[in-house]
Amino acid sequence: MTQIDDTPAKARSPFSEAFEMFRRNHAAVIGLVILLTIIIIALIGPMLYPGDPFDMVWVPLSPPGEEGYLFGTDYLGRDMLSLLIHGAKVSLTVGVSAAFVTVIIGITVGALAGFYRGWVEEALMRLTEFFQVLPTLLFSMVIVSLFGASLPMITLAIGLVSWPAVARITRAEFMRIRELEYVTAARAGGVKNNKLIFSVILPNALPPIIVQAALMVGSAILFEAGLSFLGLTDPNVASWGQIIGSNREYILDASFAVTVPGVAIFITVMAISLVGDGLNDALNPKLRQR
Amino acid sequence: MHIVMTLLKRLIYAAILLTAVLVLNFSMMHFAPGDVADTIAASMGGADAETMAQIRVEYGLDQPFFVQLFAYIGRVLSFDLGYSYFYNTPVTELIFERLPATLLLAITAQVLAVVVGVLLGVFSARHPNGIANYFVTIFALFGYAAPVFWTGILLLIGFSLKIPLFPVAGMSDVTVQGGFFVKALDIAHHMVLPVLTLSSIFLALYSRLSRAAMLEVLGSDYIRTAKAKGLSNREVTLKHALKNALPPVVTLAGLQFSAVISGAVLVESVFSWPGLGQLALTSILARDTPTILGILFFSALVVIIGNLVTDLVMRLIDPRVRGHA
Repeated sequence: MTQIDDTPAKARSPFSEAFEMFRRNHAAVIGLVILLTIIIIALIGPMLYPGDPFDMVWVPLSPPGEEGYLFGTDYLGRDMLSLLIHGAKVSLTVGVSAAFVTVIIGITVGALAGFYRGWVEEALMRLTEFFQVLPTLLFSMVIVSLFGASLPMITLAIGLVSWPAVARITRAEFMRIRELEYVTAARAGGVKNNKLIFSVILPNALPPIIVQAALMVGSAILFEAGLSFLGLTDPNVASWGQIIGSNREYILDASFAVTVPGVAIFITVMAISLVGDGLNDALNPKLRQR
Repeated sequence: MHIVMTLLKRLIYAAILLTAVLVLNFSMMHFAPGDVADTIAASMGGADAETMAQIRVEYGLDQPFFVQLFAYIGRVLSFDLGYSYFYNTPVTELIFERLPATLLLAITAQVLAVVVGVLLGVFSARHPNGIANYFVTIFALFGYAAPVFWTGILLLIGFSLKIPLFPVAGMSDVTVQGGFFVKALDIAHHMVLPVLTLSSIFLALYSRLSRAAMLEVLGSDYIRTAKAKGLSNREVTLKHALKNALPPVVTLAGLQFSAVISGAVLVESVFSWPGLGQLALTSILARDTPTILGILFFSALVVIIGNLVTDLVMRLIDPRVRGHA
């Protein structure tokens, strides 16, 4: 007896279509696999490879492989592998939380400006321009040095100087979408402004913002690395940039101590960029030919 | 007349922006935890309560916030950025001493990035399956993902320590004697690695954008017409397509002034380049308030002037912009 499949072909949701598109993008999938590996290392690495990364374990600046230390030791004789594993958690946490702060400020400013227009838009866009004039790294260096070099402060400082790009994208999307018929229909149907912004327009404005947010994580990791390379970071926390900064005096004797953490940053940010590009292709099919 | 009015409006707006920058920076420094008088006393090697009180009066620190703020804005208007406690020198003098080095580094790196970026972009757009395309893709990935200070250190290890082609640090060699030309050559020699490092961030950006812009322009009708007229590929690319692909690159380059300053701070630190970035780092670590405020003000000024100049250049190369002032 044969069974005939008589269920009607289901229309695919935009989500599954985007997923399918992403899955077919080899570079993006590779990026995602690398990224997930790094996240897993950051999460369970300290358990699999226990020990305080700040313990001095062997002769300073001994080359990779010696005495079983895979990546050698740093200028104080600390295990580089342990520092790198603990650094992964710091770099990723700061990257993701700074991107989150950026997106929250950016969406709020951009959505209000794009939705309300008029003087609200004028004021908010002037504010955005003002923040674009500030020299980002210098300004965040000053914030961190004045208000304390803790990870939350670094996160906040990065978010505070990075949001204008997100605000501009959000505003542009809101200005486009608010003129569309379904928004007019919802408005005519008596939907309140708050609901219009958050439930009607925002979900449709999200795709380019999601892509920007993904790329922001990469930029924030680089930003944090720059700050900690310059020494503007919590000295009691190992981060990749800080490992490079503290070992930079010794590049003549031990170049591995700066190259290896740099490779870690490079691979992580590259993986994020590949995922971001993949998301861009999947979520904004119209922009695909960049 | 029209352009004069537009320019005037822009200038007034720029002045308002700068004042806002001053107010924000000053307030931030003022309300930050810690006492400026302590820093001054520390730089003098300590002070008793009486001297501390004297310092407060001398530097106007005993005045209410708004009095201090307006006094500061007034001084800035008369080109006085105050006196550095740390260097014991007027801040303007410090900045003007360091500014040329930073401008030299930043402008050379930007010009290099734009020229090479556009060439790479144009070339890879004309040969979509050629090797230039791979270069652009690899550059783009590297430029985006590699921390600029790390790129600098890699170049330093490679071309200064392992293969000693370029100097390790600084902007000039004091032992080099000779005329202007010899000195200029010495500076150029010192500049190679820092400039390459700084331009690496932007090269990727410009080559990607100019490739995209060229691909779009090369597919348009008027290019087909130009080809149909019998113009050679080279003529079509240079005279017609490039002219239309350039404006987006110039606009983007104009928006990068803030990023260039950020990059310069890191590159200067790697190569001990005696510029504003180095001064900024030292004064931030020493909490030298007048110098920090002065540098923040000057950086904002550079960004604003950069945006104005980009605007003017856009008007020159893109007639479409003139209509929408």
